[in-house]
Amino acid sequence: MHGFANPARFLRIARWLMPLCMGAGLVVAVAALGWGLFVAPAERLQGETVRIVYLHVPAAWLGMAGWMSIAAASFAELVWRHPLAGIAARASAVPGAVFTGVCLVTGSLWGRPAWGTWWVWDGRLTSMLVLLFLYFGWMALSQASEAADGGQNKAPAIFGLVGAVNIPIIHYSVIWWNSQHQPPSITVGKSAMSGDFLYPLLFAMLGFTLVFAGCVLARMRAILADQQAEARLRRKARADVEAF
Amino acid sequence: MREAMNPWTFVIASYVIGVGATLALAAWSMLTMRRAEKRRDSVRNR
Repeated sequence: MHGFANPARFLRIARWLMPLCMGAGLVVAVAALGWGLFVAPAERLQGETVRIVYLHVPAAWLGMAGWMSIAAASFAELVWRHPLAGIAARASAVPGAVFTGVCLVTGSLWGRPAWGTWWVWDGRLTSMLVLLFLYFGWMALSQASEAADGGQNKAPAIFGLVGAVNIPIIHYSVIWWNSQHQPPSITVGKSAMSGDFLYPLLFAMLGFTLVFAGCVLARMRAILADQQAEARLRRKARADVEAF
Repeated sequence: MREAMNPWTFVIASYVIGVGATLALAAWSMLTMRRAEKRRDSVRNR
C-alpha cells in the first residue's frame, strides 16, 4: 500500500485506471438503472416508487464512503505523512458531498409518496444532513488551510477523523431511535430483499462506486498536475531572480 | 384518506436529479483534470 503513495507510480496507474473506472462505471450504472426502471417489478406496498431505491441507496453508500475515504486518508496523512494522502482526501470531498446531496433529495422525493411528507427530523435524515454540512465545513477548512500554509496545516486531517464519528451514527440511527426510515435491508451476508430488487440494486451500487472512483482519480490527477505546474513556475521564478 | 399522487412523477424527478448530478460530476472532474494537465504541460514546455 505504501508503494502506491509515490506520486509518479500513482500517475502511471491512474492514467489507465481512471478511464476504465469511469467508462465501466457509467455503462454498469446505466444498465442497472434501466433494469430497475423497466425490468424490475413494482413493490407490493410501495408500488412504482420503489424504483427510487436504485439511485437512493448507492448515493447514500457513496456519501458515507466519501467521508470514510477522507478519514482513512487523514489517518495516513497524520501517521505516515503519505504525500498522496492529503490529495486523496481533497479529491474525495466533492464527489462525497454530491452523492450525499443526491441521497437527501431522492430520499425526500421518495418520502413524499411513501410517508406523506418531504422531510422528518428523525435520526437517519438528520445525521445524513449533518454529513452534508460536515463536507461543506471540511472543504472550506481545506481550502483555507491550503491558502494559508500551502497544504501543511493538519486541521483538515483532524477534522476528517473527528467527523467520522457521524458514520456509525448514520448507520445505527434506525436501530437506536424510533424512525420513519426503515431498518437496514442489506447487512453482511444477509438481505431482506427479494432477488428481483436486490440484483439490480447491487449492480447500481457497483456502477456508481466505479464512477465515484473514476471521479476521485481524475480529481487527484488534477490536484497533482496543479502542484507540479506551481512547483515548476516557482523554480523558474527563482532561477530567473538568481540569473538577474 | 391518502392523496392520489402519480408515483412516476417522483420516480422520474429522482432519476433526472440523480443521473444529472452524476454526469455533471463526472464531466466536471474530467474537465478539471484535462485543464490542469494541459497547464502543467504548457508550463513544462515553456
